[in-house]
Amino acid sequence: MTPENTAAGPLIFEYSSPGRRGMLFEPVAAPAAPAPPWAARKNPPLLPETSEVEVTRHYTRLSHLNFSVDTHFYPLGSCTMKYNPRANERLAALDGFTAAHPYQDDADVEGLLEVLWNLQNYLAEIAGLDAVTLSPAAGAHGELAGMMVIAAYHRDRADKRNVVLIPDSAHGTNPASAALCGFVPEVIATDAEGRIDRAALRKRATGDVAALMVTNPNTLGIFESHIKEISAILHDAGALVYMDGANMNALMGITRPGDFGVDVMHYNPHKTFSAPHGGGGPGAGPVAVRKMLEPYLPVPRVIKRQEGFALSCDAPKSIGRVRSFAGNIGVLVKAYLYIRSMGPDGLARAGNMAVFNSDYLRAKVSRILPLAYPTNTRHEFVVTAEKLAKKGIRALDIAKRLLDYGFHPPTIYFPLIVHEALMIEPTETESPETLDAFAAALAAIVEEARTNPEIVTSAPHTMPVGRLDDVRAVKEPRLTWTPPENKDVS
Amino acid sequence: MSAGKEHPYLPTTDIQRAEALEAAGLTEEYLVQSILPDLRLQKPLDIPRALSEPELTRHARLCAGRNSTTAEAASFLGAGCYDHFIPAAVDAVAARGEFLTAYTPYQAEAGQGTLSAIFEYQTMIASLTGADVSNAGVYDGATAVAEAVLMAKRLHRKSSKVVVSASLHPEYIETLRTYVQFTDIEIITTRLENGVTNVADIAANAAGAFAVVAANPGFLGSIEPLRDIFDVARAQGALSIAVVNPFTLGVLEAPALLGADIVCGDGQPLGCYQYYGGPAFGFMATRMEYIRQLPGRVAGETRDASGRRGFTLTFQTREQHIRRERATSNICTNHALMSLRATVYLSLLGPRGLREAGEASTALAHYAARKIAAVDGYSLVYDAPFFNEFAVTCPRRAADVVRDVRGDGILAGVPLERFFPGREKDLLVAVTEKRTVDEIDALAAALERAGGRT
Repeated sequence: MTPENTAAGPLIFEYSSPGRRGMLFEPVAAPAAPAPPWAARKNPPLLPETSEVEVTRHYTRLSHLNFSVDTHFYPLGSCTMKYNPRANERLAALDGFTAAHPYQDDADVEGLLEVLWNLQNYLAEIAGLDAVTLSPAAGAHGELAGMMVIAAYHRDRADKRNVVLIPDSAHGTNPASAALCGFVPEVIATDAEGRIDRAALRKRATGDVAALMVTNPNTLGIFESHIKEISAILHDAGALVYMDGANMNALMGITRPGDFGVDVMHYNPHKTFSAPHGGGGPGAGPVAVRKMLEPYLPVPRVIKRQEGFALSCDAPKSIGRVRSFAGNIGVLVKAYLYIRSMGPDGLARAGNMAVFNSDYLRAKVSRILPLAYPTNTRHEFVVTAEKLAKKGIRALDIAKRLLDYGFHPPTIYFPLIVHEALMIEPTETESPETLDAFAAALAAIVEEARTNPEIVTSAPHTMPVGRLDDVRAVKEPRLTWTPPENKDVS
Repeated sequence: MSAGKEHPYLPTTDIQRAEALEAAGLTEEYLVQSILPDLRLQKPLDIPRALSEPELTRHARLCAGRNSTTAEAASFLGAGCYDHFIPAAVDAVAARGEFLTAYTPYQAEAGQGTLSAIFEYQTMIASLTGADVSNAGVYDGATAVAEAVLMAKRLHRKSSKVVVSASLHPEYIETLRTYVQFTDIEIITTRLENGVTNVADIAANAAGAFAVVAANPGFLGSIEPLRDIFDVARAQGALSIAVVNPFTLGVLEAPALLGADIVCGDGQPLGCYQYYGGPAFGFMATRMEYIRQLPGRVAGETRDASGRRGFTLTFQTREQHIRRERATSNICTNHALMSLRATVYLSLLGPRGLREAGEASTALAHYAARKIAAVDGYSLVYDAPFFNEFAVTCPRRAADVVRDVRGDGILAGVPLERFFPGREKDLLVAVTEKRTVDEIDALAAALERAGGRT
């Protein structure tokens, strides 16, 4: 093992010893068929030579270095870090699902296709929209597909519109997705209540606008209560309404985007429907649309024929494929299982509980740090550490100190329109006891900021590593491990 | 919502809620007050009632049981998704809640597990491909190709033409077309000859292109002349993009050493289940000088306050949450759990295991090719070198042959008609290290029986 001074411990390469192995294959009873010399590899890749023991122990140890929903309260705003049910993990891992090859005959996988068909219908029902594609691989990918559907719709009508309006509180993926479709994103301001400025919107909604991308509730946790009016403004101008479904947890079973004028939306099954986040994916990004947009949805989609379910690519006006195969099926099966385990009442209860928990925590936290907007919120709320920042204690410091108290911090510095923002989303899968403990920790930190600011600004103190130098990571980039003998002697 | 409707995933009880609302002087109405009455759903959602865990289990087993998959057959299906053996330790690590239920490690101090694993992953991908740097991964092989082409375009703004060999997976080319349809990028696809990229056709089209894209192995199994293709690209001032199956890289040369500027592909063969096509992950690796145009997450080594090694997400100014519409890509997630699977898989196999698994696949595939070619009515479509996948012409429609041998517990291959209408007799056969000589003999015997039927 390396003598290097490591906080996170050795990397797998540092357990390597020549000749050690972690996997045996059966002897091959067929003659060797070497690659032609011009194509053959000259030098072996830098992979560790480790036994199964080191591998299992190393990654188990690494896992202990993570905060996760299973181990910690994780009120990361806009990410909906709800509990990930174990039944879904067990059942989505059944051979009948995991071992299906994407090019098997439809008849071979009718059980799976029926699950996907039903999921398409449930997602349409929950959205109040007509048609669904399951193909996109992530929320941002669903956004891209959804915005392409809008671009294709206008193109098909020879309607040249190149502007997409996006509120200043939106997720960064919104403008990035719109730009990939050739649209020019334009910012719409937020009003004093924390909602879309309707006067500004009405003024800007002219013939060059293709769509509005709205998040509802928005990233301040505030429901766009004038959403019907907003939709009408866009529709009257010949534009469409896209909804980022990141915050669907606050709406499911309570109100439906299709009923308030949304034409296209994507879901994040890894947020709303409890599929685990996996440390940064895989998620999925199903897209639901109104009937008139169905022809443009990406292929393939599951269809029902007389002879059974089928995967169909027959859609001449489709924007095309947005990825290989049919989608992140493993994630979608978990979303399906979640919806089945909740039912209509359970989904509504979860949505209401998410709002209740947020309100419960908001009442406590707003006595510690001021709310960014006083407006009533749904599943999440944003507070600001602006006053503390003037004394040198930033939202980042509070976040790092929360780690010492055993809580994953909220999202910080987002939305961008709030200075020193902390965006808190408790989700419905937490108890009041947990929320009380979190609020108490936050109060203790704000008290520390007054009495012992150094302990806050130098946090965390109890993590495997201290605060990391992000500037150094860019200035002296090391993006791969180098064996000791190859390292510069400097 | 009525009292006594507690659910296992919802810990706040009705009693707790009623007490809290009462203490605040509020009613249930408070919870929905921000949604005006005319927007509220007036009836329950039209979805089936809730199932208890035992019911859900019975239901899911029933659905899964109606699928007849590669788990109970000898699978020769490939075409971008393969039946490799997955060691138990891969599942054990990926099932750990600390990896499974974490978010992207924005708070690096609370995500050193995920970050260390991403750093290891980047090291392995860079070494396999011969590139300097790798990102933390993207969605899949098709989106990796699309992102690679968009990246090359950013590096080479003057041109708008990209030359793509028909050796790419047809669905990757379709995905690329989708991604560029609202840009000025023009895609030129070049011909295959004997199932292999025609280098002369690349040369004839590469002038003025910003990039040349070629796969290895090709979609039809061929080992491609990457060096010749990329020599032509470089001579014309175009960037070279290699789309490779990473499982082959214990045996086949690292594509960056053959001239690729960007190497990408699909990581499914490295320890990910087939899962009807997803989730797996896509990978992207390139030269250090292009790091600022590389999309997606990147983990880097740095020091903590006391000078100890630690890992963090870096070069984030490329990304959408900072740069918004000027970001390198709209990508947000990196399929971290899937690249973790690949990292554990590659750690278990090591350099020797990856080579042995690759050699076993090629040996068995060549055995299968000889056996099938010896069956009356069947022949190999091409005679070019291949890795572990090859095309066969059947005496009848391939889809019918596949259906006929299905009853023998064999998934014989992917009919090429699915991608290329008119090639109804051609079958793409893949052989992984998981297959045995007995299974291949059984395939040949079954094909022989099916060949004579009408």
